[in-house]
Amino acid sequence: MSADPKPMILVAGLTKTIDTQQILTGIDLSVARGETLVIIGRSGSGKSVLLKHLIGLMTPTAGEIWIEGRQIVGLKERQLMPIRKTVGMMFQGGALFDAMSVEENVAFPLREAGERNAQTIRAKVAEALEVVDLLGHEKKMPVNLSGGMKKRVALARVVITRPNCVLYDEPTAGLDPVVSDSINHLIRRLQKRFGVTSIVVTHDMKCAAFIADRVAFLNAGRIYFNGAPAELMESTDPTIQDFIQGRARDIE
Amino acid sequence: MVLIRFLGRAGTSAVAVFFSAVKYLGDLSVLAFETLSSLAQLSVRWKLTLHQMMEVGYRSQLVVIVTGGFTGAVFAAQTFFQFHRLSMDSAVGAVVSVSMFRELGPVLTGLMVAGRVGAAMSAEIGTMKVTEQIDALRSLGVHPVDYLVVPRFLALLFSMPLLVAECVGIGILAGQFVAVKMLGVPEVYYVDYMLRFTALRDVKMALTKGFVFAILVALIACREGLNAEEGAVGVGRATTEAVVVSSLAILIVNFFLSLILNIFYPAG
Repeated sequence: MSADPKPMILVAGLTKTIDTQQILTGIDLSVARGETLVIIGRSGSGKSVLLKHLIGLMTPTAGEIWIEGRQIVGLKERQLMPIRKTVGMMFQGGALFDAMSVEENVAFPLREAGERNAQTIRAKVAEALEVVDLLGHEKKMPVNLSGGMKKRVALARVVITRPNCVLYDEPTAGLDPVVSDSINHLIRRLQKRFGVTSIVVTHDMKCAAFIADRVAFLNAGRIYFNGAPAELMESTDPTIQDFIQGRARDIE
Repeated sequence: MVLIRFLGRAGTSAVAVFFSAVKYLGDLSVLAFETLSSLAQLSVRWKLTLHQMMEVGYRSQLVVIVTGGFTGAVFAAQTFFQFHRLSMDSAVGAVVSVSMFRELGPVLTGLMVAGRVGAAMSAEIGTMKVTEQIDALRSLGVHPVDYLVVPRFLALLFSMPLLVAECVGIGILAGQFVAVKMLGVPEVYYVDYMLRFTALRDVKMALTKGFVFAILVALIACREGLNAEEGAVGVGRATTEAVVVSSLAILIVNFFLSLILNIFYPAG
């Protein structure tokens, strides 16, 4: 546990059951301000479900979630809306609004925040697109973008309002190694430039090793390991080693 | 024994149907409440509402005109064939006009809009749901009801009465054309009887029904879209359900609405 008296995000005893399947069983987690926590784990281990809880998109079966000292479990959708403005989320497929161009997508949070000045909006959109290296693609529609570009636009849409914390759901999944690397650099750059707290869900070990201040390994609905990346690499625990080396155990 | 088991199973499924119907009504009530509380905050997105009015109102006109026109025409012809044997040719206009206003106009417009607009709405919202765009909206601090449901709800509420009026108007004109120009009913009598038996109460009935059907189509289509399940199958099912449920709802509600409205606007 972190020594910070008021962590960015604090999770206590988070349990989630969907139908009869227990996805998360008592997760305790604390993320300090400015820290980059990488949550790793196999597909279906509940990583994305955990992430969606942190911004109130899913309601836990039991447990507490505190964001900047405020308990969010039990809040109504309209009460969550202001909190969500301080925590951004980048979705696995980008989740761009497909009826809008790149520019409109990125400008969306600004317009929703009440910004009406076209010049200000254009300048801020250009700045956000510059961060993700997508200047000059403003007029394209999401259907005409590659997977990596979609994720970068999604990132620009998240950072344009300068949230204190950004949640990334599989930022590098399905991308080629070069694009993956550029996304990893982007996450680092955002952290350095704006000091944002980042929580990254991934099963990409290279990504984890590169960006993490701390790694949490989610296994069978529990935090199996929580510590520095170097510690994880040196661990002799068979489950952790299997994951790092990418070994399947059940196959004879 | 077999019979008991059959009855037992039928009973269980009847209970299941009953509970799912109650749950569905609950969903619709919650959505209606959310919509009203969003409207109460007075932060309507008028630009999106106008855009939706263009989609649901303006672009539905061809469908509504064809429906109204041919229904009025065939109704006039059939009424004439029956009434002609009783030498009541001149009453055709009154029958066509009153039934277009009170029943055919609103119900047929409602059904056509449920098919055209309800399907499009649920497919669009459903696709947004399964591609996490709704979650993205929420994560950006925007309430999906504010952004998606309210503009569609208002657009239908504004457009539907106009579409009903259009349908009725075209139907009456088409009926008159068929009766007078093709079947030889004297125009003066036709128009005179029509005006004598059609009154403001019929117009009010048509518009009231239009409003109610607009609410039904908007809420059901949005509910289906927002509850769409994963994948293309989920969106397909949501779309089908939206059309089927809203069409049935229109037909069922129309019956009870006719009885209730007849108290306020009795047929002349």
